[in-house]
Amino acid sequence: MTIRCEIVSQDRTVFQGDVDFILLPGMAGEMGILPHHAPVLALLKYGVIKIRKQGTEKLFAVAGGMAEVQPDIVTILADAAENIEEIDVVRAQAAKKRAEDALAKISPEEQPDAYLNMEAALRRSNLRLDVVRRYRKIRDTYTEQDSSM
Amino acid sequence: MASAREMRLRIKSVKNISQVTRALEAVSAAKVRKAIQALTATRSYATKAWQVLSHITAQPGHISLHPLLTERTDPQNALVIVMTADRGLAGAYNTNVIRYVLKRFDKYHLPVKYITVGRKGRDLLLRLRKPVLADFSNLPSTPKFGAVSAIGRLAVDEFLKGDVDEVYLVYTDFVSMARQETTMKKLLPLVVETREGLVEDFGEHQKGPAAAYEYEPDQTDILDEMIPRFTALQVYQAVLESQASEHAARMIAMRNATDNAKELVGALQLEYNKVRQQAITNDILDIVGGAEALAQ
Repeated sequence: MTIRCEIVSQDRTVFQGDVDFILLPGMAGEMGILPHHAPVLALLKYGVIKIRKQGTEKLFAVAGGMAEVQPDIVTILADAAENIEEIDVVRAQAAKKRAEDALAKISPEEQPDAYLNMEAALRRSNLRLDVVRRYRKIRDTYTEQDSSM
Repeated sequence: MASAREMRLRIKSVKNISQVTRALEAVSAAKVRKAIQALTATRSYATKAWQVLSHITAQPGHISLHPLLTERTDPQNALVIVMTADRGLAGAYNTNVIRYVLKRFDKYHLPVKYITVGRKGRDLLLRLRKPVLADFSNLPSTPKFGAVSAIGRLAVDEFLKGDVDEVYLVYTDFVSMARQETTMKKLLPLVVETREGLVEDFGEHQKGPAAAYEYEPDQTDILDEMIPRFTALQVYQAVLESQASEHAARMIAMRNATDNAKELVGALQLEYNKVRQQAITNDILDIVGGAEALAQ
């Protein structure tokens, strides 16, 4: 029994496929979705979407958005989403630096829009870096387990 | 008949113009390709968004769910978002939009305010002394969602404040390279019709929602977040459609201009050759006449 999962962001389809289990970073806490889940409409916060399919896991960094859960399909409309393996750490670091520099220059009173934009950019790069750090750690522990067996 | 020198100058200037128009055509061709790409890229998100929305509205009593979905019984003011280009030289592109707006809204039964996207539309509406509430000109070509979401946000704010009761969007739909259609869309209150095509698209996976939704965190929070976003998304798509149309229209206009210039150069060249030949013939006649006179 599988459930269909589709992750789309404004500029592309990030993932689609039939999976066994989905973990969503809901506003009110993490939600695990199995096939035949009751219909839910949920807002997502910055975090990680975990998808499990026959023992393999895929992780996606998501910068907010919403998810529609139906018994046989989960549609995730992400503000921005990417597969963790595709994250470019160097670029994320550069983006973070750029955002920090810009934030130091702009005052929130004079240019509220620009300030909020930059703040969002900073949060996104922080999320990317954070997620990569955590993900890499998990992969390390996997290799340790493998060698011990 | 003009002198040979004047004609030579004329031919040269027409040739120069044709070079410029050819360059502009090439630039527009590249831009239209990029714009189409951006457009197709957002389509899957937009389709999904519509699906989710039509699911919500299929819920019993959805009219009372959210103010942005509610038709107002006694509308007082209307707001029209007009999308034109920042620059001209795009054939009838800008004129079509403006003409459509004036035809549709000049004698509208409600007072109409405008938000303009694009300098051409702004200038024209201001010249006609129409109330322009805000202007979002000089958008980058193929903008990011964040760059245009302010337009949708403004419309939503105005609507929620009660300053306007209907919001329309006038833009140019990109049908194909050769065809662009000026289109009007009602933006607010949001009308979600279950479009036939869409239902078929995902019919394989679901035949409408099985039960009422659970909302997480809660209904109002979600709809507050979601509907403005969809409104912004619609605006975003309209911007992309308009930009693709603009570049396509400009490309065609420039191609026509280049062709016309070529034709003109041909005609002028023929004329010039005649003038030149005539001058030579006259000169020879002079010389022959002179020689004849001397010989006598």
